[in-house]
Amino acid sequence: MSTRRVGLCGTVAAAGVLALAACASGSGEPTQAEVTYGSDAAMSGELTVMGFGTGDDVAQVRYDRATEELGDDVDVSLVEGDLDIQAFLSAVAAGDPPDLVYANRDQIGTFASRGAILPLTDCIAAEDVDTGQFREAASGQVTFDGEVYALPEFNQVQVTMADSSLLSAAGLGIEAVNGSDWDAVTQATSALVRRDGGALSVIGFDSKLPEFFPLWAKSNGADLLSDDARTAQLDSPEALEALELAVAVYDAQGGFPAVKAFRDSADFFGEGNQFATHTLGAMPMENWYVNVLNEVSPDATLAFDTFRTREGEPLAFATGSAWAIPAGSPNAAAACRFAATMVEQDSWLAAAQARADARAESGQVFTGLLTGNADADEEIRSTLVEPSGSPVWDQAVEAVYEANENTFSLPANPADAEFKAAWQDGVNRVLNGQQEPAEALAQAQEEAQEALDDAWAEWDERSDG
Amino acid sequence: MTTTTAAPVAAGPVAPTRTARARSRRNLWSALLFLSPWIVGFLVFTLWPVLYSAYLSLTDYDVINDPRFIGLENYRDMAADPKIALALTNTVVYTVLAVPLHVVGALGLALLLERAGRSSGFFRTAFFLPKMTPPVAVGVLVLLLFNGQNGLVNEALGAVGVQGPYWTTDQAWIKPALVLMSMWTIGSTVIILLAALRQVPSELYDAARVDGAGFWRRTFAVTVPMISGTLFFVVVVNTIAAFQMFTEAYTAFFGSGNTTYANEAALFYVIYLFQQGFENLNMGYASAMAWLLFVIILAVTLVQLAVSKRVVYYEGDQK
Repeated sequence: MSTRRVGLCGTVAAAGVLALAACASGSGEPTQAEVTYGSDAAMSGELTVMGFGTGDDVAQVRYDRATEELGDDVDVSLVEGDLDIQAFLSAVAAGDPPDLVYANRDQIGTFASRGAILPLTDCIAAEDVDTGQFREAASGQVTFDGEVYALPEFNQVQVTMADSSLLSAAGLGIEAVNGSDWDAVTQATSALVRRDGGALSVIGFDSKLPEFFPLWAKSNGADLLSDDARTAQLDSPEALEALELAVAVYDAQGGFPAVKAFRDSADFFGEGNQFATHTLGAMPMENWYVNVLNEVSPDATLAFDTFRTREGEPLAFATGSAWAIPAGSPNAAAACRFAATMVEQDSWLAAAQARADARAESGQVFTGLLTGNADADEEIRSTLVEPSGSPVWDQAVEAVYEANENTFSLPANPADAEFKAAWQDGVNRVLNGQQEPAEALAQAQEEAQEALDDAWAEWDERSDG
Repeated sequence: MTTTTAAPVAAGPVAPTRTARARSRRNLWSALLFLSPWIVGFLVFTLWPVLYSAYLSLTDYDVINDPRFIGLENYRDMAADPKIALALTNTVVYTVLAVPLHVVGALGLALLLERAGRSSGFFRTAFFLPKMTPPVAVGVLVLLLFNGQNGLVNEALGAVGVQGPYWTTDQAWIKPALVLMSMWTIGSTVIILLAALRQVPSELYDAARVDGAGFWRRTFAVTVPMISGTLFFVVVVNTIAAFQMFTEAYTAFFGSGNTTYANEAALFYVIYLFQQGFENLNMGYASAMAWLLFVIILAVTLVQLAVSKRVVYYEGDQK
């Protein structure tokens, strides 16, 4: 290419970029809609809800109540499936957001810090939402910099699940694998693991890393993030000790790659699940798996307990969903009423009744419903959850509800994805044998803090200016 | 029918008549009119985003708020970001392993297909069909076929007394698993090479046989030089595709089935770019990463072009 032509191309490219720089205005500040919320206001227009579907009875019953509450003049349409963050944020940036989104609670801090969703103070007041009913762990995940940005619902918690026949054969009880005694966990792992030739044939204990690292850390007294969500605390001695224990469990069984491959090969949701086939001794697992096991292998030899701290106290890491109103929502008043109806106590009771009826009809145990609303949980349990006639499933229900009373969560922060990636990558580096636990957590701490510092600096600048 | 007056060649160029100029202009406008859907599409959906991404690479942009001009800061940050080096290394290693295997494998299959006779059509279809599999499905297949406990690959290795590795969970074996899985879509390259093989004049093979050349000698002395242009094309295309590796690896190691066990061995450059842009909402940084990838691919392609001048033979080439 001649010098002259290169010069011409360079000039054209530079002019193009400069022209773009001059005229590009981005999306503009998100519209902070002037919304008139009001419990007496008549609703009309369209309501587009993104990220929510009516795939089960609990969703359908509450959806019916919410649409009824809005009245006939509101046309509700659902964009079903998990919330597509890319689509949602692009819509907000383009000034054409949905009216309401259904998101994971751990996304709320990031959305709020970017101005993608509205604070709900006025909405909560207008619709008389009793935020005191929300469980503390759930509220913490939707409260950013002192303001509530979403209405939480559901609580997922972890309980200890074990194969009682394997435990009995090894002369062990559930207390050996509920996390309260780390030496007992290590010994139980060695007692329960089995190999067939060189290959693993029974996983003794699955500590469920990397996803449950916050649970193991908290059980040893470590909070991975400070209460104000500004300081990462990934490399504390307590967190390090927890990681060493959880990884040692895998090392005792031939290493994480072997256990993970075996775990991946299981028929997790089917009749050939690990407990039904006696190929897993014990693991902490989320409460929804109780329902799966009850449906596909009701006669499996199982034992349940809460996951416990080293002091023996029940503990669970709460996760769940939440309703948020995007900045620029064309029908924020209707969105607010819809969300408020979805999370109100009566809606939960109606949904739980429908679920209990359906379970009874199919001859299955109703194991309760964890709503994120403490009053609703209590009423559902006291009025709808009945003894099943099976000590095993009653034990499961008891463990789930006890865990639900003892939850913690990570506070909402503006860099959740990066923070989570930092600790998960750190744990993975240890599981892969790339780093020692101390080195991995030190690197994770540095990465997480840098991400938090950058994100908070931007938020502080934006909120100040 | 209108008539045109062609100027006699011997008379040399003459000024076109006014009618000819008008017709030429009409033709130009007609051509532009017919091309306009493509032109508009190119300007709106290709050129504009490309130029805009160049601008975004000089900004701090989180998708929601206005881009803030920060000069070359994103590029400076990239130089200090260890994950950029990791992702580039993973991508280059994958490319270096996958492209030669892909091309050599495809050439071998094409040579076999050429001898398949009447059943060639069936095999052509059979080889191409896997290419129709959506990349997401291929990503899921990776996890199923290469599972270290009961995957089909290890079952096959076990049948011959070899204990296979933990392909999908041992970081040392993740890239080899993805490289082997990339062979799943070898069919399109096979078809292209088969078409090239059929253009090789048979008299060249006859002459080589007369000279006593065996199969390998004919392959390396006749076949490969004669299809070197096509080989070069598939090397360039597969190299670019390998540098842009995303869907299969993302589905297998970062998608819903593996949301928490995102192995660094599978962190390819475009995956990291996607994470920065759409998970961490650092769209300015992601744009800068995209431009770095563009420059790398351009440089690699230019090197390949330079090398091709020495080793590629084009029929009719006078040089």
